[in-house]
Amino acid sequence: MKLFPNLILSGTLLAVALGAPIQPAQADPARDAIIAQFKAQAGVSSFSAARGKKFFHAKHAGGKPETPSCTTCHTNDPRNFGKTRVGKVIDPMAVSRNPQRFTDPKKVAKWFRRNCKTVLGRECTAQEKGDILTYLSSI
Amino acid sequence: MRRHIITTILALAAVGTMAMQPAQAASKSPGTMFAEECSACHMAFDPGFLPKRSWRAIMGNLSNHFGEDASLDDQTRNAIERYLLSNAADANGRNPYWLRRIPTSQTPLRITELPWFTNEHGARARAWAKSNPKIGSISNCQGCHRGAARGVFDDD
Ligand code: HEC
Ligand code: HEC
Ligand code: HEC
Repeated sequence: MKLFPNLILSGTLLAVALGAPIQPAQADPARDAIIAQFKAQAGVSSFSAARGKKFFHAKHAGGKPETPSCTTCHTNDPRNFGKTRVGKVIDPMAVSRNPQRFTDPKKVAKWFRRNCKTVLGRECTAQEKGDILTYLSSI
Repeated sequence: MRRHIITTILALAAVGTMAMQPAQAASKSPGTMFAEECSACHMAFDPGFLPKRSWRAIMGNLSNHFGEDASLDDQTRNAIERYLLSNAADANGRNPYWLRRIPTSQTPLRITELPWFTNEHGARARAWAKSNPKIGSISNCQGCHRGAARGVFDDD
């Protein structure tokens, strides 16, 4: 064992980072890897769906007055279809309704950057992003 | 030990998948990038509705796009701008009659502010669009023109 300390260590870190013990029903390796990256960035070992829920439904200040909340477009129930300000339908955010959600890291990064700026006037932290994805994966 | 190695391999495979994405994006044509990126919040407006100077201004300020952040990575942004410029109303020396009515010192940012548009869509159409939750905005062409995404506007 002592011959491969690095391998064992990195394997363990990745196993922890991948969040092995969560949501077997909707697990997706690509989504798990995205959440793992947020964990590494935030320096935490788990996220909170309750905190994510609170953030997602809260009215925030600092962004554009037309869009005070994530729910402005994604609605109060993320299992429902949402709508943009120009009237275009948005597919549900809840993973249970839309298994494709949060499986493309570039797409996730792009929309977090945009929507957090629009709603809060700043980027979201890795902790906030991880909490939100954990919430949306849990419903 | 074995589990760890397998986990490592799986994790590396996941990272590998992530690393593949930019390469795939780069192989898309500018027209496809435009059609995908510019249709996320509204239908992709035909580049022929606005002159080059308008598209330059719009593409130069995507992080403050009509009250929303629509920012893109530089590579995608540049490709889409090139596509818009080569298909704009005044591309290839074209100079349609409706464009001649707009002084070159003005840079319209909206199709819905152009003189021909306000002629076709008066204050009542605008108010109707706003008050009808199914339409929401006069910029939602498809709310009234079902064929809008195909460029058909005379179906009503
Ligand atoms: C102005 C409307 C609007 C607001 C407000 C908004 N979003 Fe979105 N969001 C969208 C649109 C449009 C998409 C892209 C369409 C799609 O993915 O179906 C999207 C996509 C996303 C995605 C990517 C989903 C994926 O499949 O990878 C995430 C993550 C996201 N939004 C999170 C948020 C969060 C968090 C907030 C609040 C801070 C928020 N959004 C507020 C319109 C909005
Ligand atoms: C994050 C959402 C979002 C994305 C992505 C987006 N837009 Fe927009 N766009 C909007 C909003 C919101 C408006 C204002 C609509 C209104 O006033 O009702 C708008 C308006 C416009 C208008 C003016 C429409 C009018 O009223 O005449 C143009 C032109 C436009 N967008 C072009 C683009 C182009 C080109 C792209 C791709 C690079 C793009 N948009 C991507 C949200 C978006
Ligand atoms: C509130 C409903 C509504 C919305 C939204 C709307 N239009 Fe129209 N549009 C109309 C009506 C009504 C007419 C007049 C129809 C006619 O005379 O045949 C019209 C006429 C037109 C015409 C002239 C068609 C012709 O051949 O006579 C064009 C082009 C057009 N619209 C483009 C657009 C575009 C582009 C948008 C989005 C930026 C848009 N419209 C949004 C209702 C709407």
